[in-house]
Amino acid sequence: MTPKISLLAAAWLVLKKDWQIEWRTRARLTAIIFFSLSTLLLFSFAMGPDVTTLRAHAPGYLWLALLFASVLSLGESFRIESENQALTGLVLTPVEPRAIFVGKVFGNASLLFVLSLVLLPVTVALYDVDLSRDPLRLVLVLFLGSVGISAPGTVYSAISANARARDVMLPLLLFPVLMPLLLAAVSATKFTLQPDPQEQVDSWLKLLTAFDLIYLSVGFLLFPKVAEED
Amino acid sequence: MPPFVPLTLLALVVAAIIAHVASPKVRPWLWKPVAALGAVMLVALWYLGLVWAPPEQFMSDVGRILYVHVPHVWMALIAFTLNVGCAVAYLMKKSWVTDALAESAAEVGVYFGAVGVSMGSIWARPTWGVWWDWDPRLISTTVMLLAYVGYLALRSFTEDPERRATWSAVAAILSYVALPIVWFSVRWWNSLHQVQSSPSTVDKPMVQVLRWGAVTMLCFLYVFVVKRYEIARPRQTAAIELPPLGLPRPEAA
Repeated sequence: MTPKISLLAAAWLVLKKDWQIEWRTRARLTAIIFFSLSTLLLFSFAMGPDVTTLRAHAPGYLWLALLFASVLSLGESFRIESENQALTGLVLTPVEPRAIFVGKVFGNASLLFVLSLVLLPVTVALYDVDLSRDPLRLVLVLFLGSVGISAPGTVYSAISANARARDVMLPLLLFPVLMPLLLAAVSATKFTLQPDPQEQVDSWLKLLTAFDLIYLSVGFLLFPKVAEED
Repeated sequence: MPPFVPLTLLALVVAAIIAHVASPKVRPWLWKPVAALGAVMLVALWYLGLVWAPPEQFMSDVGRILYVHVPHVWMALIAFTLNVGCAVAYLMKKSWVTDALAESAAEVGVYFGAVGVSMGSIWARPTWGVWWDWDPRLISTTVMLLAYVGYLALRSFTEDPERRATWSAVAAILSYVALPIVWFSVRWWNSLHQVQSSPSTVDKPMVQVLRWGAVTMLCFLYVFVVKRYEIARPRQTAAIELPPLGLPRPEAA
């Protein structure tokens, strides 16, 4: 069966559909914003009010808050599709499953990206972070990191949306895979916000990009198999 | 033992696993001589590792754990590679055999990996003075272990056998792809922290014993995988033949 529209056009439609659903309720974004706000607050309570420590570890807290929020947000991303078997409908439309993957990845990534932009001023307030060193690169790191979380996350959330104990399943599968991404994103953020005497930030950015590309392509190849079984 | 022996044996083991799966004729007997060989070699390994091999120059007798620790981690790597091979094979051509083999390889790999990492930790305490260190090999093995525990959990949480097979195959590939990235990222990350390096002045008799250990564990790897496969197959058949309950698949509640 040949799809009537191109893959990119279909992916764009899926992305627009996700944005529309999100925009009409704004429930998911609001929920994850407040969830990560309280996570960031909890980190500062757990570490004590010492500003130097907090500032030094701020990139780690920021990415952990994003990572925890991403589990909630990714889980929701396919839950809306399994209601009324919407995903089956999409596959039958016929939208190529790969287009669903691309649309969903960027839907999830954009949500996380917006969340990270919202959290930035909060890190300034809570951890006294200096954002003015290289804001453009910071935005790039946040974007690459959001895509990196979403690429394997979309595949895993499609899997776990229909598994038993799905709320445990998603982080159990996702966190080990995301470990290098967390390392790269935290280091890249750290060397963007703080002095980088050894000029390491570029190699971390490359690692982030490589991670994104690898998981985008692996997910692109494997997602149709997952969608078949949904 | 010449250096090519373990590699040749590895190829032999993979061939033997395939023979075990493919041919009902070798299934009842082939594992028995291998298990016996493994048992005999294990007893010899105790002697070779504890008495025959000279004590390590820096670590003295503590270093002897190497002869079982390193082969365990190697076996875990082999088992996970076997698992991902089966996963790719399953996605290319659906077959219950590769699915069952993937399950058994993953479980055996988690066993070998968990024992290997624990032994590494026991070794690290007197050698490095810590139970845990941010060494790339250590982290990669642990991350791999966690990923495969997730894989096994996914398998046990999915009832539908066809879904289970496809999903776990996809999860296995995603986890396996992460391994080299984890390795590189931890190595770069670690260049910031000054880490004690393990003194690796490996003497010739030690290499011999290490190879002996690897061959011993390879025998056990084979026996474990095929025995676990024999458990997985009937379970799978029972799940496939289970009459449908007449209920729709559990979608969102």
